[in-house]
Amino acid sequence: MDFKLTEEQQMLKETAERLVRDVYDFESRNKFSESEAGFSTAFWQQLGELGLTAIPFSEELGGFGGGGVETMLIMEQLGKGICLEPYMESVILAGGLIGQLGSDAQKEELLGGIATGELQAAVALDELNSHYDLASVTTTATEQGGSWSLSGRKGVVIGGQTAGKILVSARTAGNNRDEQGISLFVVDPNAAGVTRRVYATVDGRKACELFLDNAQGELLGEAGNAFDAIRYQSGRAIAALCAEAVGAMRTACDLTLDYLKTRKQFGVPIGKFQVLQHRMVDMISELERATSMAILAACLADDEDSAERSAKLAAAKFVINRAGRYVAEQCIQLHGGIAMTWEYNGAHYAKRLVMISHQFGDDDHHLEAYAAQLGAA
Amino acid sequence: MEIHYSPEQLAFRDEVRDFLKQELPADIAAKVKLGKHLHKADHERWQKILSKRGWYAPGWPVEHGGTTWGPIEKHIFDEESAAAGAPRLVPFGVNMVAPVIIKFGSEEQKATYLPRILDGTDWWCQGYSEPGAGSDLASLKTRAVRDGDHYIVNGQKTWTTLGQHANWIFCLVRTDPEAQQQRGISFLLIDMATPGITVRPIITLDGDHEVNEVFFDDVKVPVENLVGEENKGWTCAKYLLTHERTGLAGIGASKAALTNLKRIASKQQKNGKPLLEDSLFRSQIAEVEMSLMAAEMSTLRIVAAASEGGVPGSESSILKVQGTEIRQAITHLMRKALGPYALPFLPEELDLDVDGELLVDDYAASPASQYFNMRKLSIFGGSNEIQKNIVSKMILEL
Repeated sequence: MDFKLTEEQQMLKETAERLVRDVYDFESRNKFSESEAGFSTAFWQQLGELGLTAIPFSEELGGFGGGGVETMLIMEQLGKGICLEPYMESVILAGGLIGQLGSDAQKEELLGGIATGELQAAVALDELNSHYDLASVTTTATEQGGSWSLSGRKGVVIGGQTAGKILVSARTAGNNRDEQGISLFVVDPNAAGVTRRVYATVDGRKACELFLDNAQGELLGEAGNAFDAIRYQSGRAIAALCAEAVGAMRTACDLTLDYLKTRKQFGVPIGKFQVLQHRMVDMISELERATSMAILAACLADDEDSAERSAKLAAAKFVINRAGRYVAEQCIQLHGGIAMTWEYNGAHYAKRLVMISHQFGDDDHHLEAYAAQLGAA
Repeated sequence: MEIHYSPEQLAFRDEVRDFLKQELPADIAAKVKLGKHLHKADHERWQKILSKRGWYAPGWPVEHGGTTWGPIEKHIFDEESAAAGAPRLVPFGVNMVAPVIIKFGSEEQKATYLPRILDGTDWWCQGYSEPGAGSDLASLKTRAVRDGDHYIVNGQKTWTTLGQHANWIFCLVRTDPEAQQQRGISFLLIDMATPGITVRPIITLDGDHEVNEVFFDDVKVPVENLVGEENKGWTCAKYLLTHERTGLAGIGASKAALTNLKRIASKQQKNGKPLLEDSLFRSQIAEVEMSLMAAEMSTLRIVAAASEGGVPGSESSILKVQGTEIRQAITHLMRKALGPYALPFLPEELDLDVDGELLVDDYAASPASQYFNMRKLSIFGGSNEIQKNIVSKMILEL
């Protein structure tokens, strides 16, 4: 048992920390958010130049062979800056799926680009009524003379507005919600039959709806057998989101604590009131809980697929969804009216924290998943 | 980062498991697992077994009969003991007064008291709380006035856990009434057989006799029973409290209680099937199990930091709050699991060796009583509100 960082990990953490601090002041974030890309393309490039987009990939693919802990260290810093770049989506999720399912040729073609940041990828798994069920796939793919043609609609594809490639789950056999018969395809968003409706998300990012009308897709892995990889890699995405949430929670707590010490009412800093002190302690307590679970998730994220791994990742996301919402709501409450304004940065942390619970399963979803595997004593 | 135990730590865990399997008496383990009453003799029997193995006082220095275990080994031992159904050690002698004597006591005091704790000759109890001084310990009023070679002690202590079994009590007493709150307090060791001491039971809301009031009426205590310096007792008290709080999260006990909850829920039925298969109840168990998982990870982080030489600080206050709330949530679900059979009050069925037929099953007599008994967790050891005050002051600097 050992919770210390190695020297390399400490350096990685510091690199990410410095980068976020230098680039991501609040005003800049607003500008990035309002830009057409929805994030800072310059920052994305820097992440690539510093090798941060290559962290999880093997050395043969130009990466560093980093695991869940390395990912956690980066995501936590991105969370502290409420950074808008689709790091999780492109590097961890798309990269992970290609690494697990792709042929050697596909890996070489795609992963090299993702590792340097030259290729930004997105992943389209959700649909209108899928409600976090990754097996709920109604988008279809049919084979005609060796090439696949996809039709259907995928939803809330974060980073899809700028992605060079989008990985799309589509059904090649079976009925909706069958785990068998789901395949994964690489889709070029600029190809014929693909349209995107781009929109902003509540937490200041950008995403798109993806409409596919006989659009061409390149099969990734075997037809009909992508579900295990999708589930496994979404587990890695969950671990990354947990770490991001911890970073955002930490900053939200810092901002709130600072406010309690400076804002005066009735002639004293409001932090002198015991009821607010205890509320602040409860926030810190939730942060501790979340930190512990993010560490657990990070340490398991790259383990072999197992029921235990799935259950613990579900537990981590559940605890973090709950903690994130608590910290978000208390951050707003303790700041009073100021927190209701767009110009207050804490409000944007709160929004991101709550929106994290809408990615890869809310608390009900993970409670149900965890409860389903609960064993008798 | 490595969240798993090392091969050496796993080997140690197996050693502890083997020991518990061989040496923990089955009747005692059954009582603990079912939440039944433990008698003084049960505690003493288990304590002797531990002492024989040299594991009764793992935290003491080796020269006094302790072990070389680090925080991780201690944690493993506590976990395994709780899982096996070993009684929670009555901490007042071995884990409370002993560390104070070792740290602040004279050589004579060490030589006198420590062996008697180890071999079970003495049963200690704690004289801290008073009717007007609970979590606000510094406002205590029990007076000790120096009279030649003795202190004359007058006053009243309360919430004295298992004091009915004790032959010694360690007390915080006021030796300088003029001094500011914490300054005029001293730490005294008092023989319960001294004339002028009366112990009166307090029956708690669950009907049990666990705590007592202790009255001091002109009790003569030799000055050599003072630990450390006169009026510096607060230092001892604070030292003792930091020792106390680290174990208060009770993760091992909560894990054992959760196992028991699942057992009850698999026997009780709702809609013709085990309650454990009821999705609503199941999700409530799942929720508390996940909180416990988080608290366990936090404990491991604190334990690992402590083994690197870090001192558990205010994190243990946060963990005390979390851990006690989790335990209370488990007892709430246990009570709920029984449905209407939470109502019967059957203290006689809390004895394992009860004659006659049980009303429901061997587990059914205790959950509701335990639920009420466990309300104490968020009150004792510094109430959870006091813990939040500590965090607020020490970590947040509010």
